[in-house]
Amino acid sequence: MELLIGSIVIFTLATFLGVALIHRVPTTLHTPLMSGANAISGITIIGALLVAGGGHGWVSNILGFLAVVFAMINVVGGYAVTDRMLQMFKRKPEAE
Amino acid sequence: MPAWGAELFYLLAAVCFILGLKWLASPATAVRGVRLSSVGMLIAIAVTLLDRQIVSYGVIGGGLLVGSGVGLWMARSVKMTAMPQMVALLNGLGGGASLLVGSGEFLKSQIAGYNLAVDTTLTMQLSLLIGSVTFTGSIIAWAKLQEVMSGRPIVFPGQKVVNAAIFLVIAGMATYQVMQSESLLGPFYVVVALALLLGVLLVIPIGGADMPVVISLLNSYSGIAAAMTGFVIRNDELIIAGALVGSSGIILSQIMCKAMNRSLGNVLFGAFGASAGAITKSAEGLSVRQTSADDAAVQLGYAKSVIVVPGYGLAVAQAQHIVRELADLVEKRGGEVKYAIHPVAGRMPGHMNVLLAEANVPYDKLFDMDQINAEFERTDLVLVIGANDVVNPAARTDPNSPIYGMPILNVDQSRSIIVLKRGMGSGFAGIENELFYNPKTAMLFGDAKTSLTRLVSELKQL
Repeated sequence: MELLIGSIVIFTLATFLGVALIHRVPTTLHTPLMSGANAISGITIIGALLVAGGGHGWVSNILGFLAVVFAMINVVGGYAVTDRMLQMFKRKPEAE
Repeated sequence: MPAWGAELFYLLAAVCFILGLKWLASPATAVRGVRLSSVGMLIAIAVTLLDRQIVSYGVIGGGLLVGSGVGLWMARSVKMTAMPQMVALLNGLGGGASLLVGSGEFLKSQIAGYNLAVDTTLTMQLSLLIGSVTFTGSIIAWAKLQEVMSGRPIVFPGQKVVNAAIFLVIAGMATYQVMQSESLLGPFYVVVALALLLGVLLVIPIGGADMPVVISLLNSYSGIAAAMTGFVIRNDELIIAGALVGSSGIILSQIMCKAMNRSLGNVLFGAFGASAGAITKSAEGLSVRQTSADDAAVQLGYAKSVIVVPGYGLAVAQAQHIVRELADLVEKRGGEVKYAIHPVAGRMPGHMNVLLAEANVPYDKLFDMDQINAEFERTDLVLVIGANDVVNPAARTDPNSPIYGMPILNVDQSRSIIVLKRGMGSGFAGIENELFYNPKTAMLFGDAKTSLTRLVSELKQL
């Protein structure tokens, strides 16, 4: 239980930090914020790697493989598309 | 690597995520922020791969390769108009990954026959529930946005009772499992199957127009699911990252709700549009003033200050680039052009801004409703392109209107208005727009792209 309480403390503080940070993101960047959040929620990759590589039999291997694929699509897809979008935001338009 | 070493690297990764979000506060530093965040992710993955618990790398290597390939392909090929679908899909995959990890951890304990601590079982049930709901709910949201299925709300009698009953069974099963010391397959299957079903049932009654709220909320869920998984595998990195994403999605849903003057509960359970009441003022006896492209071009050519109000119709017509060309011409003649963006102008938070940025519109010309609303009364000409409900003065004046109370752009306060519109059809909410009958308003009918192209060529000849 002590471990759980410690985790709840971290979760609560991180939520407050998140709220404070997100309120400062301007409206104009809300779409990149969401795709960037997708990438960050790909952090489940840590759990996925532990399930996939733990050597707990074929059931875990299959679940783990799928979890790694899902989480990795989020990580790579999320960061790549966010970067692509943010590159478009320019103060001065480029000469075409 | 000793466990405390890994912990330190996870902390470093969390710092990267936090700084990355902090740098999203300005478009000038945002690219740097996202890259730093991705470095954090790389650190987290590398440290995990060195973990002692990992004994085989074959499955992992395959998964990393497939996932990266698919992710990169999606990111490169997606059209900016389709970003809501992509985010919906990624929300779903995030939830799905949490569901799979939760299931993997559960089955591991079940097969090996060891008992889990009560707190682990509790958070595991939560990660299964939230992960499942996020997974199927997002797939439905994706299907509605992609128009694979109709965007109309799907409602049936007793829907809320059914949903509540399903939720109670899930809660009962989960509680039963938490009170047992060993992992039981029966409750596990019931919880996952019903939670997957619940995800579908919760999203089908929500109409296409409300999808911005839904995908913001599911964005949040995918983060909370990741945090719950963090509780299960006792990893603070997941908890921190999940909490950051969770809070982001909640804030965005609130912003969207406020922009539509609705409560979150009303969006989720109200089935808006299912019974569109025809209680608005009829437009009978009023007439609209029509204008032509050459007259409109003259007006544009001599306006000192112009505000463009883009709606989603602009993006549908793929006319962002021509708008920018038009704005360039006006600026060359000495006029000033700004863009006023209503929070629900696109199909997700900030969508219109991305679509205009793609057309090389500088971001310092894009203004939020709150920033620009006071400026309309000092503005010579407002060009409304494909927007309707967000400029309807009935939101301020007509208590019977379904959109009454919704914050709108004060377009009607400007000196003159040109509305580019396909025909006299009504907007998403299915209501008449008084703005079109305002004596200051001139209507330019036709497809947005064609009308704009004609305006550009007329303006060039001026």
